[in-house]
Amino acid sequence: MKMPWEILVVDDEEVMRESLAAWLREDGFVVDTAAAGAEAVAKARAKDYAIYFVDLKMPGGMDGIETMMEIRKLHAEAAIIIITAYATVDTAITAMKEGAQEYIVKPCNPSEISLLVNRIIKVKNLQRENIILRKKLTRHYSFHDIISKHPRMLDLFALIRDIASLRSTVLIHGESGTGKELIARAIHYSGHRAERPFIGVSCAALAETLLESELFGHEKGAFTGAVAQKKGKFELAEGGTIFLDEIGDISPKLQMDLLRVLQERSFYRVGGSDEIHVDVRVIAASHVDLQEAVQRGTFRDDLFYRLNVINIHIPPLRERREDIPLLARHFVERLSHELGKEVDDLTEGALRVLLDYEWPGNVRELENAVERAMVTCRARVLTEEDFAFLNHNKPERRGWVPPANMSLEEVEKQVIVATLQRTQGNIKEAAATLGIDRSTLYDRIKKYNIPR
Amino acid sequence: MKTVAVVTVGAVAAEVLAEIELCLGRHFGLESQRLAPLGEPEFAWEPARQQYSVIAIMRELLRFCPPQAVRLLALTEKDLFIPMLSFVFGQAQLNGTLAIVSLARLRQEFYQLPANPPLLLARACKETVHEMGHTFGLTHCLERKCPMSLSTTIQQVDGKGENFCANCTIVLRESLQLLRSPDMLRTEEQP
Ligand SMILES: [Zn+2]
Ligand SMILES: [Zn+2]
Repeated sequence: MKMPWEILVVDDEEVMRESLAAWLREDGFVVDTAAAGAEAVAKARAKDYAIYFVDLKMPGGMDGIETMMEIRKLHAEAAIIIITAYATVDTAITAMKEGAQEYIVKPCNPSEISLLVNRIIKVKNLQRENIILRKKLTRHYSFHDIISKHPRMLDLFALIRDIASLRSTVLIHGESGTGKELIARAIHYSGHRAERPFIGVSCAALAETLLESELFGHEKGAFTGAVAQKKGKFELAEGGTIFLDEIGDISPKLQMDLLRVLQERSFYRVGGSDEIHVDVRVIAASHVDLQEAVQRGTFRDDLFYRLNVINIHIPPLRERREDIPLLARHFVERLSHELGKEVDDLTEGALRVLLDYEWPGNVRELENAVERAMVTCRARVLTEEDFAFLNHNKPERRGWVPPANMSLEEVEKQVIVATLQRTQGNIKEAAATLGIDRSTLYDRIKKYNIPR
Repeated sequence: MKTVAVVTVGAVAAEVLAEIELCLGRHFGLESQRLAPLGEPEFAWEPARQQYSVIAIMRELLRFCPPQAVRLLALTEKDLFIPMLSFVFGQAQLNGTLAIVSLARLRQEFYQLPANPPLLLARACKETVHEMGHTFGLTHCLERKCPMSLSTTIQQVDGKGENFCANCTIVLRESLQLLRSPDMLRTEEQP
């Protein structure tokens, strides 16, 4: 059922207040009244009215303008109509500068109020429809919780569908926070393995020996603390998918063990002598470019080629800015359910702030930002102010100005260092940003002895 | 028997009163009961506006509703206002007992035009149906031909008809049924 629009009438004069309320009720609105500014603000805090009629002249405590400004703080998008006597029209015009949407002079022509209210409601209805439409749109652009309308991502959705039912190993590359695990899950749940387990392991989180036993399991007494036999993630994932996150961080020994699993589809538990055969699809992910790790000699090239059968690169959020509003609204919708807080949308101003931000932490950072804003916001829409905290973490966007006595080479070195920091050591991306090819970048890194 | 009590506030032409009573029967199926006419509502006169406060009049009228009547309809020639608005054609308690209709601005004479008695009767009937509709819980209707559509100008009054649209008819029928159901229950109980 369609929610009725509610109106709050604020006037210290009872007759005035009640006559306007009665007139609006006849028009089918749900109307509340308040006899003073403080009462109005308290009511506005408890409920989000669509329209506020506020009498300009109220004695004591708060006058109409102060009341309006307090309401405005709570509900940035509220329609506030100032009611004024003929003698104070000038003040009413000032009130409009302070954020009143309209003013009416009493006694007003009966058609005036109805026209005014209908016009505002028409706009509100449109906004409401837009929100619903946008939510539908979000669904349209979503694929297993991954939301995007960026062409590269849409291609990626198609690729996921194509490869879902294969057993080929997949290597996912993307900065942290881009949603590598979501992609892995999407592949798993789109294919015929969906009924079988999906098991994720973060390789960066564990020391070598622990990770080994985590992946392959161990026999009782294999090492101190191995009081019972334990199945590893590979066994538990039988028939399904194992997702190895941050694979670039594993030790040379584990790299060899993994290579064996990929070649033989079998392994031994730690301290065990029985060969265990598995049917598991391996999806690996890394935030560093593994190809470069191979060139540096920190990652086995044979393992890399085994893993890199299908390669997926997820672009960082700053390269698909058109997804920012889509994702932000998706998070608002989801979090409003989770937090039990009625928030419908973001203002244009809020979106501008989000679009201006660099998002080094990608989609995850955006999600966290929306959550933080939702926890503290007091209105039904998130405004620019709700995202004020982003300005503190905003990276310096001013151009880099070299000191006067710096040599050209020194300038070049510093630019390369800064770029590599920004790309978290990703050579491919850094080279692209600098507009040079990768081998040139390697040359410069060597030349300037840049630590990595 | 459910009736609508009809009362005049100040002098009101007899033919208008008679027409309104017929109109109530036509649209609500309710018998009307004419009350003794009330005098001039001087207490409600607002010299600054040269109009009568409909709120003051309604407050007084509440005392006159007879117990057997389900509604009280008042008719007046006085030009009425509520503080917010420059004038009203009538006023009613939404879902309440009281409705009042002013004939002042329904007359052609108000607009410096020659009198037109049939037009006045038609307008009076539409506004009566409108205000009575409010007492039965009807709010303003978007259907321009429906008497429940909001009219704030005389052109809008003339633009609408006196028969309820389909939507308003449904709501009205339910309200009227609620009024009558206690009687129906009593008849069923009889052997
Ligand atoms: Zn009405
Ligand atoms: Zn209708």
